[in-house]
Amino acid sequence: MPITQQSTGSPSEGIEQFSLVGSSVVTLDDIPIPEVQLLLDKAQYIDEHRKEVANTCNSRVLATLFYEPSTRTRLSFETAMLRLGGKVIGFAGAEQSSATKGETIHDTVKVVSQYADLIAMRHPKEGAALVAAQSSEVPVINAGDGGHMHPTQTLADLSTIQSRLGRVTDLTVGLCGDLTFGRTVHSLISTLCRFGNIRFVLISPNELKTPRYVLDRIDQSPTCSYVEVEDLAQVIGDLDVLYMTRVQKERFFNEDDYLRLRDTYILDEAKMHLAKPSMAVLHPLPRVNEITKQVDDDPRAAYFEQVRRGMLMRMALESSVLGDELPGFKSNKEVLV
Amino acid sequence: MEVTSITNGIIIDHVDAGTALTVLHYLKVDPARTQLALIMNASSHELGTKDIIKLENVGDVNLDALEFIAPHSTVNIVRGGQIVEKVKPELPEHLIGVIACRNPRCVTTTETGLEQRFHLADADRREYRCDYCDEEAQR
Repeated sequence: MPITQQSTGSPSEGIEQFSLVGSSVVTLDDIPIPEVQLLLDKAQYIDEHRKEVANTCNSRVLATLFYEPSTRTRLSFETAMLRLGGKVIGFAGAEQSSATKGETIHDTVKVVSQYADLIAMRHPKEGAALVAAQSSEVPVINAGDGGHMHPTQTLADLSTIQSRLGRVTDLTVGLCGDLTFGRTVHSLISTLCRFGNIRFVLISPNELKTPRYVLDRIDQSPTCSYVEVEDLAQVIGDLDVLYMTRVQKERFFNEDDYLRLRDTYILDEAKMHLAKPSMAVLHPLPRVNEITKQVDDDPRAAYFEQVRRGMLMRMALESSVLGDELPGFKSNKEVLV
Repeated sequence: MEVTSITNGIIIDHVDAGTALTVLHYLKVDPARTQLALIMNASSHELGTKDIIKLENVGDVNLDALEFIAPHSTVNIVRGGQIVEKVKPELPEHLIGVIACRNPRCVTTTETGLEQRFHLADADRREYRCDYCDEEAQR
């Protein structure tokens, strides 16, 4: 239940102007859907106007506080700021920070917020981003807090779906693999439910089914529905989007079960033959063997585009929370909540 | 069984049998420093058996969390030896400093100085979740 909106009140308070400017982003749940849509529009504009937006965040400083290893997410946040004309400071690994001396998140963030205009933080503890947001004097963007929230991954997912299918509603979305522990899956389901008109096909072994509270979230959405199945090949032909996840070995009590289930969910060319020509395959990466390398050459493979879209969405988000307008970007949409 | 009545204080009735000491713990009432009477496993028409807690001269007991920790409880306010008010506690929107998050991955397990905070996620299910990690609260 994070407190992210520091300036203009909460979505439950009726018709009210919403602004991301000066706000921290701990979870997407606090951002009204019209504002999420605006971020999608901005990302698309940035992609088409790289040169025009290259100085949007001139003289701004982003601090990336990464308390655990990350390749894509840290580089994506940093590249996003560099491409907007800003600069980057930070650390990659808790051993490089004063956490080794016992410093609290509160103190570290309080200190860094004296230097930087914006903080992106990843931390292994769940809820760490909320602590940071409450402590910071500048906006904090959650770059992943343990197995809890990863809002910019969901923005990347939405942007990729929008790019491939032209919409993020009225879709049949299959999610496949580890649906119990996958935070990206839960966050994507929750956000798509807010857009509405989604038919979810939840494909997982019995051991890794979607948690009840996530299913409740779908049930609460009057325009969304779900089915739970175990066989990917049986349903792949119905899907507009296939979101693959990794089945993690450490979730199983015995290796035989793991090997049996892991191999069930390998997406290969044979299964792709059963899919629609327009289906998009997404994966939050890293993958192990759940998508064969041959599928990379299939035009429906969208997971590397997803990485690029993630950077574009982070550019949109960073400039938005800093209040730096994208030169030439016009939005006629008044964002109300 | 006869227990001396209280003059000024509160009577917490319909506490689930056997849980009175736990309730006192959550209410942060120290039995060693408080004038109180506990009746445990008393007969109850509604519950079969119940506990009753009588607290004399307690000014600063926070009863907000009572409905969470003792779901069937009722509170009688006693002044001058008379019950002047009966209260049925309601589930509060927030539980602050009452229970601790049991998720070992929660930031509250390592960050010093953080208050334990929970919010009411589903009133029908009486479900509270940690403000930080969203783990469901355990009594």
